Amino acid sequence: MSLQEAENAIIEEFSMYEEWLDKYEYLIELGKSLKDFPESSKTDEKLIKGCQSRVWLDYKIEGGKIIFNADSDAIITKGIISLLIGLYSGRTPQEILSSDFSVVEKIGLKENLSPTRANGLVSMIAKIREIAYGIEGLD
Amino acid sequence: MYMLVNDIRNMFPILSRKVYGKNLVYFDNAATSQRPQSVIDEWNRISAESNANIHRAVHCLADEATQAYEASRDAVRDFLNAEFREEIIFTSGTTASVNLVAFCFGEAFVKEGDEVVVTEAEHHSNIVPWQMMCQRKGAVLKVLPVDDDGHLMLDELDSLLTEKTRIMAVTHISNVLGLVNPIKEIIDRCHSKGVAVLVDGAQGAVHCKVDVRELDCDFYVFSGHKLYAATGTGVLYGKKKWLESMPPYMGGGEMVGTVRFSGTTYAPLPMKYEAGTQNFASAATLKSAIDFINLLNNSELNKSIDEIRDYILHCLNKDQRIRLYGVPRGTSDEKIPLFSFTVDGVHHEDLALILDKMGIAVRSGQMCAEPLMDRFGVTGMLRISLAPYNTIEEAEYFVKCLNKAIDMLI
Repeated sequence: MSLQEAENAIIEEFSMYEEWLDKYEYLIELGKSLKDFPESSKTDEKLIKGCQSRVWLDYKIEGGKIIFNADSDAIITKGIISLLIGLYSGRTPQEILSSDFSVVEKIGLKENLSPTRANGLVSMIAKIREIAYGIEGLD
Repeated sequence: MYMLVNDIRNMFPILSRKVYGKNLVYFDNAATSQRPQSVIDEWNRISAESNANIHRAVHCLADEATQAYEASRDAVRDFLNAEFREEIIFTSGTTASVNLVAFCFGEAFVKEGDEVVVTEAEHHSNIVPWQMMCQRKGAVLKVLPVDDDGHLMLDELDSLLTEKTRIMAVTHISNVLGLVNPIKEIIDRCHSKGVAVLVDGAQGAVHCKVDVRELDCDFYVFSGHKLYAATGTGVLYGKKKWLESMPPYMGGGEMVGTVRFSGTTYAPLPMKYEAGTQNFASAATLKSAIDFINLLNNSELNKSIDEIRDYILHCLNKDQRIRLYGVPRGTSDEKIPLFSFTVDGVHHEDLALILDKMGIAVRSGQMCAEPLMDRFGVTGMLRISLAPYNTIEEAEYFVKCLNKAIDMLI
């Protein structure tokens, strides 16, 4: 599935949830099922610190594709992270940079991205792009 | 005068709005309180009818704007029972007031090796300005700790105060713990050793009757926006003897006597510390806000908010999953209706996001008090803070929603 197809699939899936409660419950389930970061990997270099939740982001490159791994101490943020990892991990830098990252907004979680929330999610998306951009620049 | 909570609510237009289709429950009053119509009207009146720079021109509009601004100074003087009206300096907020004192007091009275005392319960705004001053002057910052219940460990105060201590900065009520600190005792003990005291009244001015002459504090600072007034307003009360002997903070505008390239003399108090064009329309609303507080104090409503406080305290205390920070020891009267807590196994951000969707505005995070978060070994807390316009029905709805949110997350 191309990245755009994957993004559209998630947008379609979320359109089924009319109530915010259902969306949050789904995200909470996603968050709970995302594998925890090993405690030893929760280093300051991988930490994206906010006033609210903390987000850790790690990556490695395999066969020209970026494999992301991430965690958060807040479960709803972790659910959104799980979505993002599902979308962007295992893609080439070019694929990642072709995305406008509007998927979070389109699934009705825009308020989770507002800068006033001061959480790590905005920074995480910026970091994913930065990593992809840095690796693409190396080619 | 007998008033019902709905009489008060009707004075606040914002309280009738909805968020996500639900009635707004505003429980973030310690961050900023809402404004009564009288405050909004006063700001609009100045802007629409009397907008002119104050203290300068002789024309009619300038006179009206100046009168409104100075009437607020008189209202604040009465509110704090200050001896002289020129002891009231208008600033942009509590943070600006603390910075002013830390800088100017430091310049005048602190030298290398001197000591400054703060407490572990302080807001960043009552820590960082003192750290900056200590760095600049080569002074040492010392910290009075809090115990596990969030009470200041007063037993350690006397050993912290030495012949090198110049000033102590202490909060009247912590924005995290919500406990009324025994500031009169702290001030007396500091004064017995010749140490000046600044009281951060950002929360205290809202919840306590403050009499600066009875307290005998050297400085008392607070913000207008937590006290029903417009944002961008703050007060610095300082004893005249200090304000006269400290240097000015910022130069320019109407803070001068005469200006020559060979040297400048400064205006007398309070103008000495009010450089540049003041936020006069907002400052004028302080009077309307204080009029509102006087109305509140003459009603029975403060008793009703005490009952709501006791109800929430009871609900939080009996829930084994909840850890409350700032636990009253004797009667609950030493606690204001402000509760910071964590829930075992649940992140504060998740709770805040879910409560928001239920229409309840709460605060979550470090609350500008990282040292206190470290003290209790947490990365953040959830805080609810109530005002006299909040109702018992809102408190009951909150308790119900909190339980539902916890169930969703555990």
